[in-house]
Amino acid sequence: MKNTFKTGDIVRCTLQGCSCEGTYITKRDGMATVKLASGYNIGVPEENLTRIGSVEMAEPEGSEVVQDSTLPRISIVSTGGTIASRIDYRTGAVTSQFRATDILHAIPGLASLAQFSAVQLCNILSENMTPGIWQHLARAIYHEIQSGAQGVLVTHGTDTMAYSAAAVSFMLQTPVPVVFVGSQRSADRPSSDNVMNGMCAAKAALSDLGEVVVVMHGTTSDDACAIHRGTRVRKMHTSRRDAFQTIGDGSIGMVTYPALDVTLAHSAVRRGTHDLILKDSLEEKCAIVWYYPGMDPAVLSAWEGYKGIVLAGTGLGHTGTDVIERIREMIASGTLFVMTSQCLHGRVCDRVYDTGRDLLAAGVVEGEDMLPEVALVKLMWVLGNSSSLAQARSLMKTNLAGEIMRRSPV
Amino acid sequence: MSDDYAALGLVAGIEIHQQLNTKEKLFCRCPTTIREAKESNGEFFRYLRATKSEMGELDRAAEEEMMQVRQFRYLTYDTTCLVENDEEPPAPLNEEALDIVLTIAKICGMTPVPEIHTMRKLVIDGSNTSGFQRTALVAMNGTLPGGAHIETLCLEEEAAQRIEDTIFSLDRLGIPLIEITTGPCMHTPEAVYETAAQIGMILRSTGKVKRGLGTIRQDINISIRDGARVEIKGVQELDLIVEVVRREVQRQVALLKIKEELIARGASIEKTPVDVTSLFTESKSRVLKSAPMILGIRLNKFSGLVGREIQPGRRLGSEMSDYAKKWSRWTFPY
Repeated sequence: MKNTFKTGDIVRCTLQGCSCEGTYITKRDGMATVKLASGYNIGVPEENLTRIGSVEMAEPEGSEVVQDSTLPRISIVSTGGTIASRIDYRTGAVTSQFRATDILHAIPGLASLAQFSAVQLCNILSENMTPGIWQHLARAIYHEIQSGAQGVLVTHGTDTMAYSAAAVSFMLQTPVPVVFVGSQRSADRPSSDNVMNGMCAAKAALSDLGEVVVVMHGTTSDDACAIHRGTRVRKMHTSRRDAFQTIGDGSIGMVTYPALDVTLAHSAVRRGTHDLILKDSLEEKCAIVWYYPGMDPAVLSAWEGYKGIVLAGTGLGHTGTDVIERIREMIASGTLFVMTSQCLHGRVCDRVYDTGRDLLAAGVVEGEDMLPEVALVKLMWVLGNSSSLAQARSLMKTNLAGEIMRRSPV
Repeated sequence: MSDDYAALGLVAGIEIHQQLNTKEKLFCRCPTTIREAKESNGEFFRYLRATKSEMGELDRAAEEEMMQVRQFRYLTYDTTCLVENDEEPPAPLNEEALDIVLTIAKICGMTPVPEIHTMRKLVIDGSNTSGFQRTALVAMNGTLPGGAHIETLCLEEEAAQRIEDTIFSLDRLGIPLIEITTGPCMHTPEAVYETAAQIGMILRSTGKVKRGLGTIRQDINISIRDGARVEIKGVQELDLIVEVVRREVQRQVALLKIKEELIARGASIEKTPVDVTSLFTESKSRVLKSAPMILGIRLNKFSGLVGREIQPGRRLGSEMSDYAKKWSRWTFPY
């Protein structure tokens, strides 16, 4: 009879005459994973196993945390990610059931800063984020602020955190800090950055800020977190703790660690500057196209019917001459084209070289010093909230949420 | 003191850690070159916090470390990379290192496991930037020609070198290390020495292990009847092994005698500390002079025992002060 095993079964493994006992964990790639008494896992063909008993699986920990009702109120809106994830090493399963209690267990110091309530919006890897979820997110944050939250923390996977921060920046005008935070090292390791990022983010959410920001490690050391404006921040490294950087300017503030002292730059928008306003329409038929030498104009044709396209052009904001005719045709048929630069740093200027002037003549809008992804998110918002194409073109060149700097700092 | 180890019920086992002389490290493509601290090209610092260990173990050392969150400083080199900095996921396990370990497994007549799984062993003393040591069980169940039982053979990553208290050098972190664990099958100090010598010889016979001080370390597990199991870590010199085992047995025998005497005397320890600052006004000790307050605990009927030597140069008082020092670190604010 074929053996079938379940997690927690005590099994005997027989290997070339020697035998040992262990706990069956799971089957992976055709092999059974068995945890030996020493704690080591080994992979064994199932036919080498015999069940000799089973153990009760422990219930996950879940005691409630007592919160201090005299402290200011912060709401946590969770979208997933690893900041409060837990791993069950017997099954290998990572769970991020998300209640305020879970994050307060993961980062116990938080309870001394504020009283927290939590909303689990979704539990996804951030690469699975969509404009539709951005809208849910903006509405959830709006609701939390309307209900009296003095700051909002958004826990988010790091891959697309900058897109979401930009999206919320355009959809929501906020009088209180809305702080995106994540973790580059998962919470199950002693070196995780979740505690430092979480504590610094909570302190930023209590600060005098009045805008949408990302708070993450400022350097590779555990010395301070940087506060980045949601429309100027970019993930610039695949794995480093300090992957998030403000492009084109300094960050708008710092939170020292472990002292948690917050300093804000002069340019940071202060608490109470804006009223709470939600404008959550988005035009999703927008795309971003990264130009490369020799690009076939047919690549652009694939976006036929799209309402807006952000071009990440070369240098000052160029494409090759061969695609300009196709761009002109698409603009004529109603697609809004915005030029940004692959350089990321610096401002687009299409008045210097011939190709640039030809692009302008074709009707391309210069995206100033906007980051390409931020320009895409903005284009969705602008097309979703404009009454005419002319208004949309004008808004794309207007600074709405700190995404365009009037001057380029040295 | 009696040298009748059979009567004392001595049981000992050893774990030998030997660096492998591979071209690259175990989980990154850096060379396995040891550097001078003065060649360092940068540094950073981190805090480590205890998390649940994948190995499920919670030994005494890890438990004590769990009580603290400490800052560790790390030196980097032009021969280290983001993996050592805990800033990049590990590369696949080095196959050259695995080949060497499988060769040694074969020499010891061991059974390789069908599939190797790399595990995280919780290490939060700062010597691993990640807070864990990556380790994999490669083979089980072998016997040395002299009869000693080899329980397991593991392939793991070497820890960072401690430069001083909380400063570590990253050149050594990640060098492949073979861990050979014997059963608790030795009953005299000489048997421990002989087993260690034999394993050392087998390792060197492959021609693929690093040589020199610090490239091989022995951990010795020692217990006597009624005593405690004590692990003496990092014995580097083979010739010291006999003396290390003898002295640990001596210490445990002496502590057991003190225990008997304390019970016979009806000794006790007061629970409430007393302010004894005034007793130390004349003290020349800088530490005591700078202390805002000195507290004492009364040890009833301990007279003459605190100063009793339990090992050359070591008294009951030294044991107490070691515990006190261990608990007297800066505490993280939250």
